[in-house]
Amino acid sequence: MTTSAATAQDLPWHELRPRRSIGSSLWRIARQKPVGAIAAVVCLLLILVAIFAPLLAPHPPDQVAFPRLQSPSLSHPFGTDNLFRDVFSRTIVSSRVSLGVGFTAVFLATAVGALLGILSGYLGGWVDLLVSRLLDVVIGMPPLIFAIFMLTVFERNFTNVSMTIAIIYMPTTARIVRSSVLSVRNLQYIEAAQAVGNTPPAIMWRHVLPNVFAPIIVVASIQIGNAILTEAALSFLGLGIATDAQPSWGKMLQDSRPVWQAAWWMSIIPGGAISIAVLAFNLFGDALRDVLDPRLRGAA
Amino acid sequence: MAQYIVKRLLFAIIVLIAVSLFVFSAVRVIPGDVCSTVLGSQPDDPKQCEAIDKELGLDQPAPVQYVRYMGHALTGDFGKALLSKRDVWGEIRDRVPLTIELTILATGFAMLIAIPIGVISAVKQDDAPDYLLRFITIAWLSIPGFWIGTMLVVYPAKWWAYSTPSGYTELWEAPLKNLEQLYLPAFALGLALSASLARVTRSSMLEVLRQDFVRTARAKGLNERTVVIRHALRNAMIPVVTLFGLQFGVLFGGTVVLESIFSLPGLGTLTIESVLRHDYTEVQGIVLFFATVLIAVNLIVDLSYAWFDPRIRYT
Repeated sequence: MTTSAATAQDLPWHELRPRRSIGSSLWRIARQKPVGAIAAVVCLLLILVAIFAPLLAPHPPDQVAFPRLQSPSLSHPFGTDNLFRDVFSRTIVSSRVSLGVGFTAVFLATAVGALLGILSGYLGGWVDLLVSRLLDVVIGMPPLIFAIFMLTVFERNFTNVSMTIAIIYMPTTARIVRSSVLSVRNLQYIEAAQAVGNTPPAIMWRHVLPNVFAPIIVVASIQIGNAILTEAALSFLGLGIATDAQPSWGKMLQDSRPVWQAAWWMSIIPGGAISIAVLAFNLFGDALRDVLDPRLRGAA
Repeated sequence: MAQYIVKRLLFAIIVLIAVSLFVFSAVRVIPGDVCSTVLGSQPDDPKQCEAIDKELGLDQPAPVQYVRYMGHALTGDFGKALLSKRDVWGEIRDRVPLTIELTILATGFAMLIAIPIGVISAVKQDDAPDYLLRFITIAWLSIPGFWIGTMLVVYPAKWWAYSTPSGYTELWEAPLKNLEQLYLPAFALGLALSASLARVTRSSMLEVLRQDFVRTARAKGLNERTVVIRHALRNAMIPVVTLFGLQFGVLFGGTVVLESIFSLPGLGTLTIESVLRHDYTEVQGIVLFFATVLIAVNLIVDLSYAWFDPRIRYT
């Protein structure tokens, strides 16, 4: 964009401030928040493991070919289970359901929640009233009970499980976005945009959304951990989508119930996997909140 | 105040009606299943289904069914379970004491753990204890309650051959046995709640400790203990109580999981049983019951603010 001949006058205003490269800003944040940076690396590794799970797992997750209930060893780092399968491979493949459902659910919750939050915050009036009451209805049902109910009535598949979890987390997003919108709605640049004749949808899209983006990202990142926990609880109760060929951590824990006492690794490993994944996303979300929007401390 | 209570009560009723409408219509999305559930197999003769629909009132238009159902529900009649033919409300009433006790004990554990941690963290802000306690609470938030529950079943049994007495004894029958049956699941349930409560206690305490009246209290020469506990803590409790109201629903979900792990015959296990039996009448009754309690708790939480902060006057 800029050439060597350009002077300060020729530059558009947003080019005047010297830009930090993305790499150097990341490094700066990582030094400020070392725990968050480590958590981010763990999150990234988990995502890579989930994507490349079939390549990384040494055995197919449903291959029944090993001695029963072997404790962890070199050939089976996490031991084998009561159904003659390799626990290491199953743990790796399980990350797909947990992270897949977690991310899809949070994506849906964020998209719908942000839309409702912006609409009700910016338009106010009856839209606000309607949206707020709708959120009250969703919050009126205990989350896990609601999920159990939905997955009893509707078929259990990836979409329905993700949508159910999304509905649980959507009100939080909507409420936080709404309150952020209320605080920017009366600022001068919005007034200016209205004065030059922009339509409300254009203002919401081009001026309101970019200015409430930080809280949206922060809430989403904090919700991923919770969504993973919810999926695990549903799988544990037998209401998830896991099968023998596509297990999940919650289901692994439930399946090993008869051998919990005999084989310590059968309860430690799936539970530990859930905890590490959730902890990594929680710590990452926490650090992201401190960097992007410290006002949200305690809000989500 | 009275006006505020009436307004909140009306809102609560509207929300409850909306929840019941949702639950009612969702259950009716799958009409054919009811018949095969009652029969236990696919019907051989469509006539059979007609008879069953008639018996259950399913031949009426949906709005009529809804009004009739809600009319009965108001008098405490949630209909009969499809399979066991037992009275759904009676079933809920039998199971609910355990779940209530579990919830109360879990809240007690959570408060016992959370409030000291939150207060210490706030008083020692940015010191070593604060960092440690903050890390511990975020770690607790990440550990699933059902995993902790699992551990509390497995390891005491493995190491000391100890397990909590099975089943449920009424509190007034044998108080000690009753508490022994419930303290482990209550602990597992309370731990996750304590993490978020501790975090909110900390941030709320930090805010209150900076206020003028705390400085005045110190200037009067009160010792630090009195200032923190008598003056600051009470004023820091409002966000904590709010969060408790919001988390109450999560607590209910937790009872389902922990009752299942510890094989306790509470409302949670009833939920799972009726889900597995596809008994929609029962599921519908239970969900409505849970929603009613949750909405009531949040109403009470809202109204309790005035007690914590007498300056709040509802106008």
